[in-house]
This record gives sequence, structure tokens and C-alpha cells, in this order.
Amino acid sequence: MTQAVKNGRVPLVEMRNIRVAFGGVHAVDGVDINLYPGEVVALVGGNGAGKTTLIKTLSGAHKADSGEVYIDGEQVFINTPREAKDRGIETTYQTLALAENIDAPGNMFLGRELRTRWAILDDAAMEDATRTVMRRLNPLFENFRSPVESLSGGQRQAVAIARAVHFNARILIMDEPTAALGPGETAQVGDLILQLKDEGIGIFLISHDIHGVFDLADRITVMLQGKIVGTVNKKDVTKDEVLAMIIMGKLPGEATEKEMVSLHE
Amino acid sequence: MTQSSEATSGQDAGENRPGERRKRPIAAFLRATEIDARMLGMLVALAGIWILFHFLSGHTFLTPRNLWNLSVQTSAVAIMATGMVLVIVSRNIDLSVGALMSFVGVVMALVQVRFLPNLWGFDHPATWIITLIVGVVLGALAGGLQGVVIAYLAVPSFIVTLGGFMAWRGIAWVLSSGKTVAPLDTYFQLLGGGARGTIGGMWSWILGIAGCVGIVALIINRRRQRHKYGFPVRAIPVEITLGVISCGAVLVAIFWLNRYYMPDLLARQYAADHGIAWPETGLSISLGIAVPVLILIGVTLVMTFIATRLSFGRYVFAIGGNPEAAELSGIRTRWTIVKVFMLMGVLVAFAAAVQTARLNAAVGSLGELSELYVIAAAVIGGTSFSGGVGTIPGAVIGALVMQSLSSGMVLMGVENSVQKVVVGVVLVLAVTIDTIYRRRMQQ
Repeated sequence: MTQAVKNGRVPLVEMRNIRVAFGGVHAVDGVDINLYPGEVVALVGGNGAGKTTLIKTLSGAHKADSGEVYIDGEQVFINTPREAKDRGIETTYQTLALAENIDAPGNMFLGRELRTRWAILDDAAMEDATRTVMRRLNPLFENFRSPVESLSGGQRQAVAIARAVHFNARILIMDEPTAALGPGETAQVGDLILQLKDEGIGIFLISHDIHGVFDLADRITVMLQGKIVGTVNKKDVTKDEVLAMIIMGKLPGEATEKEMVSLHE
Repeated sequence: MTQSSEATSGQDAGENRPGERRKRPIAAFLRATEIDARMLGMLVALAGIWILFHFLSGHTFLTPRNLWNLSVQTSAVAIMATGMVLVIVSRNIDLSVGALMSFVGVVMALVQVRFLPNLWGFDHPATWIITLIVGVVLGALAGGLQGVVIAYLAVPSFIVTLGGFMAWRGIAWVLSSGKTVAPLDTYFQLLGGGARGTIGGMWSWILGIAGCVGIVALIINRRRQRHKYGFPVRAIPVEITLGVISCGAVLVAIFWLNRYYMPDLLARQYAADHGIAWPETGLSISLGIAVPVLILIGVTLVMTFIATRLSFGRYVFAIGGNPEAAELSGIRTRWTIVKVFMLMGVLVAFAAAVQTARLNAAVGSLGELSELYVIAAAVIGGTSFSGGVGTIPGAVIGALVMQSLSSGMVLMGVENSVQKVVVGVVLVLAVTIDTIYRRRMQQ
């Protein structure tokens, strides 16, 4: 109950003391993190800081060695991606995790296909649902029948996000959502994140680059070598201060002026 | 629909580049008709091979007799090739199908020759079906066993099925004591075709007409579905043209195959059985479609349905396209792979039934090298070794291409050794063209 109840609200997600080791290496070493409804928490840190590994334990892609996960204050055990989805946790991966050879509706419903009462795939209904979601996410999207490998980075990202939106995610995890995108598409994804946030969805934004997520985040949690450096409210810090946390593991105020200057050398 | 849509990708990509539309009339045609360009290419290639051989073989290739034989000879390999498509699409390989065929074939032969006759004598009407069921169950178990080792123990399918390649045939030799198991049950023999194992002219026509009704129903249903949601549909004249061409092709095929008549000896007996006086000029009684071809048609339809209309099929393609994404989507990828190999085993059992019935015997050497023909058929038919891409009808056409090459060269009197060279070259050539085509489509 340490940081769980803030302003009397119960967090949407609370992860406590999560540990994951690969061989002898502690990829995630006793991490606490939480997320409230309608909040965007940026999880930042350099390569190998353990962000993706941490978040994979929440999305069911990887099992934690120890630690507890609470959703709406109740402890849950998530062992498979399916169990995560059943709890309203949707994830868009850095690699997008799309089957390149299958079209957008096929990908959106992968593993959760709409079927007629004869158990036959209802492709028309799936295409219809995809068109409905896409009108909101990316109105220019029109390649509903081509394999996603023929789509642009932004369109593929839209497909990945569409999956989360259609299935009414309550918790959305986005791993490097804008890494593969151009400036226009990045802005589009940004708008979308704010829109989803307004609907009360809790969003974890994972990035190695503070610039991409600073404007979108409410709080920023920084990881370094598997541990949490600290969690700060965005409005209380500057980008440079966050950068100091990422690179040197020093909280705002801890770093000397000289060190702050050296960040930009 | 999604899986076979290499061509669709080109179409939609084209839609975004209006400038290109005018330059490429063929692409525009394909877009209007939504025909899979690769499938069309394969059909054109097949037609080219047939016409070429027709002239090179002194006008014998396109005779009803030769095409009828071709259809029967293609069946066993084509039946297995439909399963091999899913195996390869899922990024696996099955080298054991030929050996498994001999194992299942020998067991089915023993069941109908040694075991069941002890219960109720020879040629009992239930013998063939029980034998077939035993074969199918055995095939599913053997395939499933390999699948479990591949999927759950993570041993590469190449190794597991290489083991199967050696082991299954070894078991077949042991079970048959190195001897030929024959003759087979008379009803079972019908599964192999032959002059008696056919459905006759009238039933062939009925089948053809049913096929046409099916085609029209599919077109209408698809149109209605897309209409319901207000999606773009093909222009009416295009729909009608496609329907007419498809139905026409079916009916012409039936018409032509029906012109292959019973040999005199058999026709005489048929006449005697039906109380028809034997006319001076002889009787022209159509043999109609052979039973193995009927099995192939059924298998092709069912496998196409499984691959494109069921979740299972979609999962197989998803695993082939991106195994990690499939896993993260919550698909039970391992169980799906096991099912793919079980299905392959079932199809091997059908092929074994056809092949043993045709030979009227089973031996340990049954189906030797057929794994290579099956793989080649799938690959010529557009199945990609990198996984995720392939179609069932494509594999059947691939099997037809291979068999056409062999038969054509036999008709021309080409030496066996030269035949192998040609088939080998064609295999590599076909895949090369397909690879280049696909690379260009992606740009």
C-alpha cells in the first residue's frame, strides 16, 4: 500500500517488486510502477534498461520471476498474452507484431476472429469493424484487403493500435510507438494517444528517447540497469533533468551544473 | 482470401498510384476482376505446356484418353501437396510423406487382406471403409507424433521428418516381411480408378452442373456479403464474365473427359450386364471421372476451405508470416503446428489408399521419392519456403504441371534420365520466376 492509493484513487495497474533475470543478469530488478485511468505514464531509459522486459510481464509475453501485479486493486496472475487481453490489456510492440502476409482486418482480429454461427471466418464483418475503427484512427486508410507488408509504417502502426481500440482496451501498452514513423505520422499517433487518454484509458508509453514522449506524458518513470531511477511529474521537470536521470541515474537537483552541461556535449 | 492475396497487394498498391494505372492494362484488368495474378500465370503456363506437348507428341497429349490418365496419375501427389502447402506455409517441411505412405499403405493392405477377411471373408462391403478409417487414424497419429516432437520439443521439422523418412518405411518393410501384399479388396480397388473405378458419364455431368451451381452461389454470396456492408463490389459484367468462364471451364473439362470411353472388352461386359445388344460399330460408354480424381477434387475443396475460411487456416498463415506475432496474439501456435502435421498424415493416408488401390498391392517401396514430388508440386504452385505464402489450388496445379511434364515426355519417347533433368530445371525455373515476380510486387 506504499504508493498505491493516491488522492484516494485506486490505480488501474500497480506492479510491485517485479524481478526478471536472464541467466545471471537482472534485466528487471525489483521494480514498482503504477498507472491511473486516463493517465499517460512514459517509461523511459536507455537500451537494455529493462523497459520492454518489464512491460512484457504485464502483457503476458514473459513471466516475471517474482513480484505482484494488481489491477483495480486486485491481485492478478497473467501468464499468457491471452490472459492479458482478457483483462483489457492491449499491447503494441516495437516490432508491431503483425503477420506481414495477412491483411489489416485479419491482423486486427488475429486470435479473436469474428465467426459465423458455422464457425466460418466472417471476413466481411471483420472488414466492416476495421473500417469503423480506421475512420477514427486514420481516415485515409483504404488498403483493407492487402497484406500489411505493403503498408507504410504509419498505416501499420494504425493497424496495431486499431487492435487495442476495437477490443476496448483499458490499459494500453505502447512500445516505441513512433520509432518507425515520419514527423506527420508521429503527430497523428500523438493525437490518438491524447484522444484515448481522454476516454479514460491508461497508457504506458515506452521509449528510449525522451523527446518523443515528453509532451504526451503525465508522469515519467525512468529505468536504468533494471532498476527505477525515479518517477516524476512532467510539469515539475525539464527534458534535461529527465535526460540526467536516464544517462546518469541522478534525480532532479542531484546532478551538478557541470554534469547538466555535459549532457549536451 | 487474405493469404493468397499476393496479387491483391499489387492491386491496392496500384490504387495509391493513379499514374501507374494507365500504363499497365494487365494490372488494370486484374484489379477489375480481382483475379490472383500468380494463379492466372500458373494456369497460362500449364496451358502452354499442354499445347506444346500436344504438337511435340504428334497430337496425342490433349486427347481425352491422355488427359484422363493424367488426371488419375496426378491424384496421389496432388492430394498430399495440398497438405504440404500448410506444412511449408507454417515454416516447416515434411520429408516423411513418401515413407509414411508406404507404412500406412502396407497396414491398410494387411487389414483388408489378412485381418478383416478372417472376420467376415473376402470382399465384404464394409472392408474398404474400415480399412480406410484405420489408414486415416494411423496417418493422423503418425503425423501427430512428428508434430508433437516438432512443436513441443522444438526439434526442427527437417530432422524429425528425416527420421520419419527412414523409420516409417523400415516399419513398412518389417510389417510386410519384405513381400508384396496383394490382391486387395475389390471395393477398395475402386479408390484407385481404373476402368471400373469411375463414376460414369451421367454422374460426371451431374457433378459438373453441381460445380457450376456452386460457383454461381459463391459469386452471389460474396457479392451479397460485401453489399450488406456497403463495400465496393465488382462490376456486374465482370461478375458475369467470371462466372461464365469458370462454369465453362468446368463443363468443357467434363465434356472432354467424358469422351474417353470404356475399352471394348469392358463395354461388351457392360452391355451384357445391362441387356444391351452389342452393335456392330461398338458402344461408346463414357468412363467419367475416376474415383481418385473425385477424392482429389473433394480434398482440394475441403483444404481450401480449411486454409481460407477457418481460424485454424488463418493461424497457420499467421505463424508462417510472423511466429512471434502469432504467439503474442494469443494463438496456440504449438497445437496449431501439431494439427498441421496430423492433417498432413490424414492426406498421406488418402494418397496411400489411392496408390495401393491403383497398384492393387502394397509394398515397402511404395511412394519412394514421392515426398520430393509433393514438395516440388507445392513449391511450383507458389508456396514460399520462407513461410506464410501459398495456396491449395496452386499446389494442385503444381502437381499437374509436374505430371504433365512426365507424361508429355513419355509420349514423346524422351529417355527417363532426360526427363529428370527437364523436371529439375523446370522446378528451379518456376521458383526463380516466382521469386523475381514477388520481389517486383513488393517494391
